[in-house]
Amino acid sequence: MGEPDHYSYPSIFIYGHRATGKSYVIHTLLKELELPHATVSCVECVSMGLLFEQVLLSLFGTDGSALLPRSPSLSDFVRIYKQQCSESPVKQTRYVVLEHSELLRDMEINLLPAFLRLQELVNDNVTVVLLSEIVWDKFRSNTGCFEPLLLHFPDYSKAELQQILERDTHPSYTPELYSSFINILLGVFYSVCRDLRELRHLAALNFSKYCEPLKEGKVKESDAHKLWKNIEPHLKKAMQTVYLREVSSAQWEQQQQMEENETGAFKGLSAYAHVELPYYSKFLLIAAYLASYNPARTDKRFFLKHHGKIKKTKAFLKRNEKTSNHLLGPKPFPLDRLLAIFYSVVDSRVAPTASIFSQISSLVTLQLLTQMGHDDQLDTPKYKCSVSLDFIRGISRTVNFDIVKYLYDFL
Amino acid sequence: MESQHKHLLELLKRTSDHGESNSVLIIGPRGGGKTMLLNCVLRDLLEVTDASKILLQVHLNGLLQTDDHVALKEITRQLHLENVVGDKVFGSFAENLVFLLDALKKGDRSNSRPVLFILDEFDLFAHHRNQTLLYNLLDVSQSAQTPIAVVGLTCRLDVLELLEKRVKSRFSHRQIHLLSSATFTHFLETATSQLSLPDDFPDDQFAQEWNANIKALWKDKSVKNALQRHFNSSKDLRSLHLLLMLMLSRVTVSKPFIQPADIIEASRCCMVDSKANVLHGLSILELCLIIAMKHLNDIYDGGPFNFHMVHNEFKKFLQRKSHSIHNFEKPVVIKAFEHLHELELIRSVEGSTAKIQREYQLMKLMLDHTQIMEALQKYPQCPTDVKQWAMSSFG
Repeated sequence: MGEPDHYSYPSIFIYGHRATGKSYVIHTLLKELELPHATVSCVECVSMGLLFEQVLLSLFGTDGSALLPRSPSLSDFVRIYKQQCSESPVKQTRYVVLEHSELLRDMEINLLPAFLRLQELVNDNVTVVLLSEIVWDKFRSNTGCFEPLLLHFPDYSKAELQQILERDTHPSYTPELYSSFINILLGVFYSVCRDLRELRHLAALNFSKYCEPLKEGKVKESDAHKLWKNIEPHLKKAMQTVYLREVSSAQWEQQQQMEENETGAFKGLSAYAHVELPYYSKFLLIAAYLASYNPARTDKRFFLKHHGKIKKTKAFLKRNEKTSNHLLGPKPFPLDRLLAIFYSVVDSRVAPTASIFSQISSLVTLQLLTQMGHDDQLDTPKYKCSVSLDFIRGISRTVNFDIVKYLYDFL
Repeated sequence: MESQHKHLLELLKRTSDHGESNSVLIIGPRGGGKTMLLNCVLRDLLEVTDASKILLQVHLNGLLQTDDHVALKEITRQLHLENVVGDKVFGSFAENLVFLLDALKKGDRSNSRPVLFILDEFDLFAHHRNQTLLYNLLDVSQSAQTPIAVVGLTCRLDVLELLEKRVKSRFSHRQIHLLSSATFTHFLETATSQLSLPDDFPDDQFAQEWNANIKALWKDKSVKNALQRHFNSSKDLRSLHLLLMLMLSRVTVSKPFIQPADIIEASRCCMVDSKANVLHGLSILELCLIIAMKHLNDIYDGGPFNFHMVHNEFKKFLQRKSHSIHNFEKPVVIKAFEHLHELELIRSVEGSTAKIQREYQLMKLMLDHTQIMEALQKYPQCPTDVKQWAMSSFG
């Protein structure tokens, strides 16, 4: 704004959702107007020194950044900046662009307020532009700081997204075909995800499958309904796998090339979590799950032969979601309780040998159980089961144990 | 600000002319004009040629000099005494400072030169270990060794509470308060003067038309209301500056004068709730999760919740009322939940989250009831059953 050599506003804060074009617009502007600038992504800067070095390098060249001492402080940075400024004065405003600036809050406390006032501290015509996804209200520090100019980059509407996505057309197909494909894609994914980058990625991966019937000559281009029927289940599967990054894009493309008869189960990442456990470990895990999710007073009812029925008192009927353990999370239990349940659940007679105990510790290493409390507590270690209901159901099916019968929440 | 200006000028003159040591604190809210006052006074002081020759200035900032050692190095540098200090090793901070001040004595005059220490963000210096820098500076100002003046600028009114007893006793307890007592008319006048073009503007006729336009603008009622709203929320000149900047950015070659609509638009931009903007860009699934969280907050009076509870609420909605929302798989819903966590619309409640699974970690919603309802009104193409679910009180 204004003449290049006029002082502009010391700091600007730009926020908006992912992929709304914040960095792109800033960079294009700076390049078009050929203004001296330095761009740093705060994700790359684990320490302040890296940040300072990159800024000095872009603004003043290598001799500027070489003057920085090892592990520089902000004071060094300002001093060297002032030195370099006096040596190479520039008429125009310099711009420092910091991307992902929410990470600046986690670095030293003085860094963010100092950058907002950089113009004042170095006495030079410099403006700091901060880009972030998070709103400015979360950035304020306790005694306040220099308030920057806030600019919002609005998100794209559905029509705008469609227009943008239609631009990467495939050379061998008509734009109308691609736009009908984008229409279908948006119909499936728009209610879940609005990120332009993800949608482009999904479009690129699935377009070849969409065009398959055309290539095989089964369908003509104008036959929209058949194309839709072909692609829709495929997109639904994509939502469960590629969107969640359960399978990588390369694997996805491989699977697309398989014929339709070979519809094997999509082995996503979570499928590989089914480790093959030894027989007793499976029962130990089942016992741990029961110990975590059943309240201790109900153990008698489930695991003893001559137990009374649970009286269906009012309190029992009124137990609502507030107390349902499946919503609140697993509870810790002592080792003795685990072993008691284990002995009653396992059908054969088991001796309490060291191998059983070592299996418990290997379950902890596999992070299927979590150890609560300190490592020093040797007499009564407490554990918690950290597997999900689906996982434990899968395991209990392999040993022919009906776990749902034993769960209090499903009575 | 006349009286404060005079007061400060007097004090600094006494140091530079008569060699008297002084300390003073300038306290005022952010953007209140502390640095401006100091610069004005310094400028007036240095106009007297005598003072400019002998008065030395050291500018320290609490944001930059985060440690007393760094501060001491900076003082050495600003007094240009690096060669004198060389590689000497000092036992304590006090020795070092006394050495520096002694070194200044070996100038032309037999007396030592007065030094002016300006400490910006004074409250941050009070957080250093043992407050050594402050103690030593104020100690020197009380003993008759070298005439120094210590001027501190801070925005905290309770800054004296932060000082240790021994530091506080050495401080002269002189405070200059810069509390703005501007009225609305004064506010308008400042705005006018900021916007008017100066007399030496090349195109004279345009300048006249522009200034006349500005004066006519204030007569418009809606413009006056907008400015009054701004004045009521903050008397700060910086926020006025922001507003004027936003207004000016709408002036183009084809539309060379500011219209009332520009001001109203700029005012709206300044006052907008940024979280509402973020909510506008969420997907339907994420919005449904937020509504589910709002219901949980209503039922459990703002107690923290975890993912499974939110998912349960959402599933109840899908079973009973929804026609338009598809039943998504659990991992997809988890991804939406994590996106909300990244945007910091929800925050985890407890500190150590290592021992609890992701889905069971307790979270809190950082949005208000009214914010959510307003965002729903503005949400593009919001399905009606979602809206009705949000407005119903339970389930």
